[in-house]
Amino acid sequence: MRLKLEKRREPSMVMLVATPIASVILTMIIGVVVFDLMGINGFQAVKDIFLTPILASYKWQDVAVKAAPLVIIALGLSLGNRAQVWNIGAEGQYIIGALCAAGVAIAFGQTGGFFVVVLMIAASIIGGAAWAAIPAMLRTRYSVNEILSSLMLTYVAAQVLGYLIGGPWKDPNGRNFPATAPLLDSQSLPILFPGTTIHLGVLIALILPFAFWLLMSRAVFGYQVRVVGSSPNAARHGGFDTRNTIWATMMIGGAMAGLAGSLEFSGVLHKIDLGFASGYGFTAIIVSFLGRLNPIGCLIAGIVLAVTFVGGQVAQTTVHIPNSTAGIFQAMMLFFILASDILVRYRVRLIPSTKPIAAGE
Amino acid sequence: MAQISRRTLIKGAGALATAAMIGKPALAADKIKIGFILLGPIGDYGWTWAHNKGREAIDAALGDKVETIYTENVAEDASAVGAIRDLCNAGCKLVFTTSYGYMDQTIQVAGEFPDVKFEHCTGFKRADNVATYNSKFHEGRAVLGTIAGKMSKSGTLGYLGSYKVPEVVLGVNAFALAAQKQNPAATVKLVLIDSWFDPPKEAAATETLVNLGCDIVTTHTDSPGPLQILEQKGLFGFGQGADMSQFAPTAHLTAIEDIWGPYYVARAQAIVDGKWASSDTWDGFKEGTVVIAPYNASVPADVVALADGVQAGYKAGTYNIFTGPIYDQAGTLKVKEGEVMADADLAAIDWFVKGVESTS
Amino acid sequence: MSLDAIITFAITYGIPAIITIVGLTTPILLAGLGELVAEKSGVLNLGVEGMMLVGAISGFGVTVITGSPWLGILGAAAGGGLASMLFAVLVLQLNSNQVATGLALTIFGTGLSSLLGLSFTGRIIAPFLSAFPASVAKDPVLKLLFGYSPIVYFALIMVPVVYWFLKYTRAGLILRAVGENDHSAHSIGYSVVAVRYAAIAFGGAMAGIGGAYFSMVITPMWAEKMTAGRGWIALALVVFAGWRTGRLLAGAYFFGFLMWLELFAKANGFGTSLPFLQSIPSQFWAAMPYLMTVIALSFISSRGTAGSNAPACLGKPFLPST
Repeated sequence: MRLKLEKRREPSMVMLVATPIASVILTMIIGVVVFDLMGINGFQAVKDIFLTPILASYKWQDVAVKAAPLVIIALGLSLGNRAQVWNIGAEGQYIIGALCAAGVAIAFGQTGGFFVVVLMIAASIIGGAAWAAIPAMLRTRYSVNEILSSLMLTYVAAQVLGYLIGGPWKDPNGRNFPATAPLLDSQSLPILFPGTTIHLGVLIALILPFAFWLLMSRAVFGYQVRVVGSSPNAARHGGFDTRNTIWATMMIGGAMAGLAGSLEFSGVLHKIDLGFASGYGFTAIIVSFLGRLNPIGCLIAGIVLAVTFVGGQVAQTTVHIPNSTAGIFQAMMLFFILASDILVRYRVRLIPSTKPIAAGE
Repeated sequence: MAQISRRTLIKGAGALATAAMIGKPALAADKIKIGFILLGPIGDYGWTWAHNKGREAIDAALGDKVETIYTENVAEDASAVGAIRDLCNAGCKLVFTTSYGYMDQTIQVAGEFPDVKFEHCTGFKRADNVATYNSKFHEGRAVLGTIAGKMSKSGTLGYLGSYKVPEVVLGVNAFALAAQKQNPAATVKLVLIDSWFDPPKEAAATETLVNLGCDIVTTHTDSPGPLQILEQKGLFGFGQGADMSQFAPTAHLTAIEDIWGPYYVARAQAIVDGKWASSDTWDGFKEGTVVIAPYNASVPADVVALADGVQAGYKAGTYNIFTGPIYDQAGTLKVKEGEVMADADLAAIDWFVKGVESTS
Repeated sequence: MSLDAIITFAITYGIPAIITIVGLTTPILLAGLGELVAEKSGVLNLGVEGMMLVGAISGFGVTVITGSPWLGILGAAAGGGLASMLFAVLVLQLNSNQVATGLALTIFGTGLSSLLGLSFTGRIIAPFLSAFPASVAKDPVLKLLFGYSPIVYFALIMVPVVYWFLKYTRAGLILRAVGENDHSAHSIGYSVVAVRYAAIAFGGAMAGIGGAYFSMVITPMWAEKMTAGRGWIALALVVFAGWRTGRLLAGAYFFGFLMWLELFAKANGFGTSLPFLQSIPSQFWAAMPYLMTVIALSFISSRGTAGSNAPACLGKPFLPST
């Protein structure tokens, strides 16, 4: 017997829905067994990692707040990934976006209100896009690979942050700890449900996927991105400019990352300190692919990853699994979902080995 | 095992929170729970390791009355809010948040759980149910500076730090001032590596300091890496946060140990007695929070006597390294002859003393 | 300055600096060489950081258990190689997305190494230092040549070996063909999948040894996430080198030099002679290695003297039946 793959004409909708669910269930089953072997209450651990964040209503806000930046950044990155433009530096664009928002807030001092909040968001979008424009410019003008330039610029962004919050933007009342002054309430994002941490950014993260979905499915631009990604030559014949696509996808990726940075700043943390960058920009790359570069997929994948982050921390408290073990189970789930991708795009057939191999072709 | 803690319907941030969802089975119905939020893994042989020792001290002293739980590797970002809230929902009556970066998160959750008491380490924001506590690590640095100033042949000392935060600045200044008391010409070369933990960078920075003539290097980052480099080079250094002599038996002259146990036990006892009140505590040698590890056999007797003298002076209240005259790097007089810097000024210090060589 | 003074200066400051730079460079050079070979076969593995961590704990653990650093190195290579096989099965057998799978491998390697390391935290081993007896590397100049860990020499030897392998051997030619045009290689009768398996395994083993350089040589201990992001630097190096072996060596040492320069500048190495440098914020020095890498590559690329040698199939799945 041997396995044979046949490419499906259309991705299987059944598999598209079934495989991620099956992957999560498989991870849970393995989790119970492995944790029990390790002498940990496996059922409780797996329940806490995967189910508590969904079942316990007071955990929903944590999942929502954690998922929002992942979804927003992943949306932007998906465009680039489709066009084979590899922006690995969303983390840096996220930092610069937040810094731009902080700059606006500091410039306005004690003035707040709707206008200032909108201006902060606008500044973060422009800032993130501008930081991403550097790799775009280097790629289109000097053919510098964007994996290298965007990644290196992330380290530079972290130092820009360190300089600003330890120097010119240091909170004068912060006892000389490197951090910006806390945002005024009137400069912060409104909370949607009083008493929770769910801020306006969560709503934005819920709406944006549908906006992107419209962009990708209806507009010429969406078509252009897909064509450039799958075949640059065909794109040139079709009149699409590869350079423009690089510019557009990098800038949109940077804009989204910058937006996520300011939403996290003005909706959650209200100040920028040395711990501000916490890896959302890198995790969002995985979210983008888990969501199969589809805007709605990114929304779901972002929530799934947020659940495991939140649940992993719950399990740490309740059954004392080390933080590292939670990471392994996250990776295992990712591996299963990525592996099962093949079932979406291909039909797997078992061919008896007695038949000639070429018969299926 | 089946008995689930049913402190049900604790009002968690507006949403109805059921402790049963994540509640750890209560071992004994009337034990008071105390929670810990920890920055790194408990096996880091540094900051988190020391706090976990403090937690174990509570277990040892009050194990019949209280039960401790902890969450390790909690990032200093928004996710800390959820982690702190989890401990509250699990029924903790007292929660220690053991790093500066949990400050605003602690204040936020404390607002949601007015019945839970909080202890935040190294911060400065308090509330009726939030106390702060810190350790005068710089008192230990004065002892290390005394030893280094006396034992250094080159008079050039190395200081490897993380970030320019008041705790590090205080450490550098205390070390430099104490060394200059032994050798007025002593200088301190400072490298801040922009990280609390980066063993290869810590190692390379140590090598660079050694290459520039430093024969004793002290560290204010969290790995024993620099000590291992000094061991290889036949030079000397100090442990940070814990006794690290196992990593460098020859190079490890001594270490500053962070001993949180006495404070933690006292605060847990206050909860048991119902007498807890918000306060700001900054303890040092006198209270046993800062402790100097056993000296290496290679430290000469006269140096041991000097170092012990500094410790004794702190315990008796007769010694303070931040006594004027103190000049800054540019040579401006910052503290007049005979004056002593106030704790409030120390806690927010952002300038280095004369003899410290650093980039800005 | 007299000649004697110059020589004394070089021996006092120059040689120790070079030794530090070698230490900073070796792990990224090893991991970079491995990734270069993997990428030349057309596979982009972003899991270098994870494989380095698995290598670091494997090397350390085996050394603690067996007492032999040589077995430790083998263990590190095996650990990194095994971790890379997870990636290989997914991307080669199941055609999963390489970028996402590589990132997942980094998460996995970070978690696995931390878990494996729980029982090794706080243990120490003798550093795996000199390849030559101390008597050979006695004076500074001899130390410059003979004073390093065997891993340093291994890394330096592997540079010409990889160059020669890719350029002059039949196997290397096949590997490059697979990376340039997998379909023609397949139609000639080469097994694209088998070649890529081998290339990924080599990449994993080299990353593993690179990781072990941290846990066995620089700081002989285990600590979570002790590679501190060097795997990402190794990845960037391959791109910087334009997928050329010689330029990878140059790039690795260029980056090592810049990392040293940051620390040297901060330690006030030339602040005393050039006081204006003291007023530059320390963050500038920390950002400089990354900034300079981008600027240098832009400069190289814009002059077109040595263009990129990127394999055409890099990052793309191989689908023979379509």
